[in-house]
Amino acid sequence: MSGQAEIGDIGGPAQPLLAVRGLYRHFPIRGGLFNRTTAVVQAVDGIDFDVHKGETLGIVGESGCGKSTTARLLVRLLDPDRGELVYDGLSVGTQDGLSLREMRRHVQMVFQDSFASLNPRLSIADSIAFGPRVHGVGDGEAMARARDLLARVGLAPDTFGPRYPHELSGGQRQRVNIARALALRPRLVILDEAVSALDKSVEAQVLNLLQDLKAEFGLTYVFISHDLNVVRYISDRVLVMYLGRIVEIGPVDRIYEAPRHPYTRALLSAMPSMDPDRRTSEAPISGDPPNPINPPPGCRFHTRCPFASEICQTRVPELAASPLAGDHLAACHMADPSSGHPQAGTAV
Amino acid sequence: MTPLVRIEDLRVRFRTAERTVHAVNGVDLSLMPGEVVGLLGESGSGKSVTLKALLRLLPEARTTMSGRMAVAGQDVMALGGSALRAYRGSVVSMIFQEPMLAFDPVFTIGEQIAEAVRRHENADRTAARARALEMLDRVRIPSAKRRLDAYPHEMSGGMRQRAMIALALACRPKLLLADEPTTALDATVQIQILLLLRELQKEFGMGVIFVTHDIGVAVEVSDRLAVMYAGRIVERGSARDLIRAAAHPYPRGLLASTVHGAMRGRRLDAIPGAPPDLAKVPDGCAFAPRCRFADAECVSRRPDIVRIDAGHEAECRRLDAVAASAEG
Amino acid sequence: MTEIPGTIAGATIEGPAGPARGYWSNVLRRLRRDRVAVVCIVILALILLAAIFAPLVAPGDPFRTSMLRRLRPIGTPGFPLGTDELGRDMLTRLVFGGRLSLFTGIVPVINAFVIGTFLGVFAGFSGGRTNMAIMRTIDVFYAFPSVLLAIAISGALGAGIFNSIVSLTIVFVPPIARVAESVTTQVRNLDFVDAARASGAGAFTIIRVHILGNVLGPVFVYATGLVSVSMILASGLSFLGLGTKPPEAEWGLMLNTLRTAIYAQPVVAALPGAMIFTVSICFNLFSDGLRSAMDVKL
Repeated sequence: MSGQAEIGDIGGPAQPLLAVRGLYRHFPIRGGLFNRTTAVVQAVDGIDFDVHKGETLGIVGESGCGKSTTARLLVRLLDPDRGELVYDGLSVGTQDGLSLREMRRHVQMVFQDSFASLNPRLSIADSIAFGPRVHGVGDGEAMARARDLLARVGLAPDTFGPRYPHELSGGQRQRVNIARALALRPRLVILDEAVSALDKSVEAQVLNLLQDLKAEFGLTYVFISHDLNVVRYISDRVLVMYLGRIVEIGPVDRIYEAPRHPYTRALLSAMPSMDPDRRTSEAPISGDPPNPINPPPGCRFHTRCPFASEICQTRVPELAASPLAGDHLAACHMADPSSGHPQAGTAV
Repeated sequence: MTPLVRIEDLRVRFRTAERTVHAVNGVDLSLMPGEVVGLLGESGSGKSVTLKALLRLLPEARTTMSGRMAVAGQDVMALGGSALRAYRGSVVSMIFQEPMLAFDPVFTIGEQIAEAVRRHENADRTAARARALEMLDRVRIPSAKRRLDAYPHEMSGGMRQRAMIALALACRPKLLLADEPTTALDATVQIQILLLLRELQKEFGMGVIFVTHDIGVAVEVSDRLAVMYAGRIVERGSARDLIRAAAHPYPRGLLASTVHGAMRGRRLDAIPGAPPDLAKVPDGCAFAPRCRFADAECVSRRPDIVRIDAGHEAECRRLDAVAASAEG
Repeated sequence: MTEIPGTIAGATIEGPAGPARGYWSNVLRRLRRDRVAVVCIVILALILLAAIFAPLVAPGDPFRTSMLRRLRPIGTPGFPLGTDELGRDMLTRLVFGGRLSLFTGIVPVINAFVIGTFLGVFAGFSGGRTNMAIMRTIDVFYAFPSVLLAIAISGALGAGIFNSIVSLTIVFVPPIARVAESVTTQVRNLDFVDAARASGAGAFTIIRVHILGNVLGPVFVYATGLVSVSMILASGLSFLGLGTKPPEAEWGLMLNTLRTAIYAQPVVAALPGAMIFTVSICFNLFSDGLRSAMDVKL
């Protein structure tokens, strides 16, 4: 490919495609006369996880849990305060690692708002061809690639290529955004609430498309959503966030069938039942998620947790593996027999 | 028993300089006192417009409305001036997706609820404030007394939603219109609000029309469901009828394309295409272009309403073929 | 090229109806339907053409005086719009006057458009301290009423066309920079700019491809609205003796010199004012039309 030297796979299938190590991002809130920092939003507060090659990792959580900040950190639209991203064994943004510009060819993002993420003054084809052009792909080649991708996301290139974003429906625009994300031939695509704004019937079409493209291009997805049903449908592994921290991570079936963290359980039982004869009769937890500006100390969920004890208010629980499944981790004192929680060891 | 709400052949059109949008194209709907109907549809199906028409909230200059609407014996189309103001709030009241729109940011929650009570019931200040406090208690706002003096922006999303429900119910309306009230909320908060609405509905014995795009949410609150497409109700029935035995291809497709339960890896049976442009009313069935059962007549002639069961109706000519495909 | 499937999951995806149209062709189409804007454009075009081809269009010599036929009324044979206080043909002087008046009205706005957009986009895109520094400096100029500022700068620089253009440019840079900065800040926070950054594009490319296209339009509309103000200010400076000097024909200056004749020939004396009024109101209405044509409902 002209102007683009491909970096193939480096570490083999066992090496995580992306390793996230101790990532922190706090936002100061400034105010007052001298623009002093009056408060700090602890949007992402120390997260570690791996994204395996070829998988779809779902990230769920409620508003303020930091999932969107995480998405922006992963593509480095935001710089972390602390922590490291390791892309296929190469540390991102360091001297002997991978430069940001290089990393951006491999990691792309699809945003929630299909309209705001397309430049209204550029034609669809130009929007898709922009990335390749930036990376030195010639004009003709970039346009050919745009046409090819349009076809692959199900939009006839001759009909849609010369169009402008406002002429398309929401579903069609999201297809364009997906094509745009794929134009640099990335290996990892971060989908930040990418289907959340779509109508159900269109959402299903786009989910099918995402599955097809994943198989065709051998992609790895990080799929961020608040919709537990969709995450269950598309993910291989699921990561649950609460107030800037990971509370649980594991294979999708274990998370949905045997959740270990009380928050995950609450989140799952808060889903509407879809069965008119078995409607939900009791809310699993009460109250709103606390504000990430002043998160509670210790386990951040303790203010809403029905099992909270003293230890939960003071000590931060570590992510620990389940004795039943080594790849199923939860951050709860009850999962750790030595934590001093009265119910420790009862719920795993 | 006479119905609380009776809508017959409601049609709503919006005109702009560039084009006309046929938002509602002949909706019939009736609601018994104390009944909850879920109005289900995707964006542009006309569900919110139907709701706003019932409260006469549509901008009059650009809107053409026809048909008949009666709520609690009052002819809604004929209301005007002070009668309309009395009707809004004390007979019918509405809750929205975004509670910030329902509240004035410069007054406290308590002032606004008390003000509504005084306007409709000639209550004095103390009585109105007492009612406001009672309402905040009813919607389970913790430390309600303190919250009475809170401004809308000082509350969290879930609390604001509760406060809006308190405001809407303060004058004991006979009918509550809910326009996607839980869509913007987090999952753990959404279920709390749904349960609260269900409880208050029983307690107050009011009728509720609940508009949503989320089937799960609709099932949680509704006795009956009506599915809208392109400004018409294409199928209606009990929640059970629709979830277990949807007859019309559109609700069937919607259910098939809604991911739920363990269906990982299976390809979703998505409805192809996109909803129609409502610049003109189609001659036939509006869903025909996306329907795999449609024939030439579906496109050219509007289908009749077919009664499937008591209270279960669908507007489709090809119900036999649809049912046969499910068995085969 | 691979085979192009028009379908996905067995379904045809329909394209939007009608021919593909770019943003600007849409704007043009809408502008053409706006009758007021079209009339204004025609009037402005006529005045502009007359000014450019003044020697061909004008019936006489703008500088030929005659003490014998001073202040003739409108309709005098040979002088359809009468004569001024020195007996010069009014029609000729109005046509020639358009040259300087339009020049001193439009050029400062063009200058300010270039400088102000540059400053505003730079400030808006940089954000943070750079933005603060640029915008607070600009705010200082904002503190003065534009008329006073123009007079003060012109007064300091001395009379003359060039100096009056410089002073008017300085007057118009702050408001244009402000509009450019606020639009840029809005656009910069949209997802498509983030998407471009995530593609590895540098600041210059992002500004060129994604920012300017979205900022120039609104700023241009704003600037066309300023032309009328600029015309009036330029005329005002000439009227005060700070701009064009006699015997040049310029509407503001003509208004000044004819001031003494306001009782003798009120209609003739008011003619330069009427020209300033017509041109500035046409620019304003055109700017309004352009604004609504560009306000595409999405």
